[in-house]
Amino acid sequence: MASAIATTPSARPALAPTPRANRDPAWARGLLTAVALAFLACFLVLPIVAVFAQALAKGGAYFLAAVREPDALAAIRLTLLTVAIVVPANVVFGVAAAWAISKFKFTGKSLLTTLIDLPFAVSPVISGLVYVLVFGAQGWFGPWLIAHNVRVIFAVPGIVLATTFVTFPFVARELIPLMQAQGTDEEYSAVTLGANGWQTFWRVTLPNIRWGLFYGVILCNARAMGEFGAVSVVSGHIRGETNTMPLHVEILYNEYNIAGAFAVASLLALLALATLVVKSAIEWRQTGSA
Amino acid sequence: MHDPMNLSAQRPRRGTTPPSFRTMSSARSSRSILPGFGLSLGFTLAYLGLIVLVPLSAAFLKTAGMGLHDFVAAVASPRVVAAYKLSFGASLAAGFVNMVFGLVVAWVLVRYSFPGRKLVDALVDLPFALPTAVAGIALTSLYSTNGWVGRWLAPYGIRVAFTWTGVFVALTFIGLPFVVRTVQPVLQELEPDIEEAASTLGANRLQTIVRILLPQLLPSLLTGFALAFARALGEYGSVVFISGNMPMKTEIVPLLIITKLEQYDYRGATAIAVVMLVSSFVLLLLINLLQKWSRRYHAI
Repeated sequence: MASAIATTPSARPALAPTPRANRDPAWARGLLTAVALAFLACFLVLPIVAVFAQALAKGGAYFLAAVREPDALAAIRLTLLTVAIVVPANVVFGVAAAWAISKFKFTGKSLLTTLIDLPFAVSPVISGLVYVLVFGAQGWFGPWLIAHNVRVIFAVPGIVLATTFVTFPFVARELIPLMQAQGTDEEYSAVTLGANGWQTFWRVTLPNIRWGLFYGVILCNARAMGEFGAVSVVSGHIRGETNTMPLHVEILYNEYNIAGAFAVASLLALLALATLVVKSAIEWRQTGSA
Repeated sequence: MHDPMNLSAQRPRRGTTPPSFRTMSSARSSRSILPGFGLSLGFTLAYLGLIVLVPLSAAFLKTAGMGLHDFVAAVASPRVVAAYKLSFGASLAAGFVNMVFGLVVAWVLVRYSFPGRKLVDALVDLPFALPTAVAGIALTSLYSTNGWVGRWLAPYGIRVAFTWTGVFVALTFIGLPFVVRTVQPVLQELEPDIEEAASTLGANRLQTIVRILLPQLLPSLLTGFALAFARALGEYGSVVFISGNMPMKTEIVPLLIITKLEQYDYRGATAIAVVMLVSSFVLLLLINLLQKWSRRYHAI
């Protein structure tokens, strides 16, 4: 599954000119384009426009008040704290996994790659559930945790763990095909010239993979900030303490504070759009220089 | 004097053996000269084990302790079966719609040029990037009876929000990029020669598309469908707002799991989750096989 979705920059080259024999008749071109654009407009553009329209429905002052409210600020802080822990941890994992898989031969490589893709197939709610089963009050470590007064579930550590589960493949999936495509020649040359492991990595591998790494970090970050299902299970929904931004959006929406919910949601939507912009910028850069 | 070639009987240490000797010995052994294998693989396996395998095994072990009778009772009760029907059914339908429209979108993006093509291409990834809760409330507000879209459908008696249709719409949204992004690279790499040959041999455009192109696209189409289906099956955030969550009618399986957890019915929740996990693993296996099939013909 590592290469299933062509989000890697090098995989989507620009439009190629079509030879005349292969051109569809003009009416078909027009019809298909119209159908595609209508489908995308209905399913993609409308929702994102709706988010911003509803957020500003009661005016800019209401928007700012909703975003500056203490519970909202606490949610923003918790989301940022989670991301600050989860993304670097997953980067280290991604780099380690990509190094092991792309530079060495060993049996079980495809099993490992499949295991890395596991979170994509598992429902986020189940991802949260399994942590409750391990760390919850009735879980494996429950009694030990209670005895030592450590709270994992319904507290920040649980949120961090669940978010880590859901987002760890992103960096690895970007780096593995990239590093496999780059091969091992440069690293071998570095080692024969006397570099040790860290020098080889920092000065030879890292510059080669930096755009893929950046790409993976952006995707991981976007997913980590927006994770809802898994965090919903482990968090306990305690306002001001264990609510991330998506959970706060849910609370506001369920209280019929629609404009407030959309105000916080629009921050997340802005993050999504920024992610898309950065993604596209990297891709256009790659195709421009490719 | 120090022996530069280290021809002594002493076993060569790293850093003192000249490169040619090291490569010769490593060509025969299975270890590469690149350092860091143990560290990187060890860390990877430890991370995977702790974060993924141990928690997942907790679900299976808990169910194993349940006994077959209790397990079947937990999994086959009417409410649970209704939830399975909704989740699987809506995911299949959304997957099919995405397969058809995703193919059209990929075709249009790869083969036609129109103003804003690059922008549209970038926008296709929106469901990947947008948090599910945001998508959920946006779709609900659009399709409820006084929403921008809902108000046009209401006079015809078509209700989308809080019905099966709403679930279907939400799942179509989140599955949209999967088919487009799996088909696009394959379409991109198709050689024009084959189509030209077909047209010189007398095929019209439709025949060429149906008999030459679609079979080549089939593996990637199916892969995209399976990916969209797998994602839709477990989707929670986008669906839980628009579905209305009425038991037996619009309750999706992930929500049912959460409801059981809130009632402290851990065993029931885990039993349902294990069924979903098994389907996820089967899907993952299927997707891997489909990709192997794809790779036999294409470079992805």
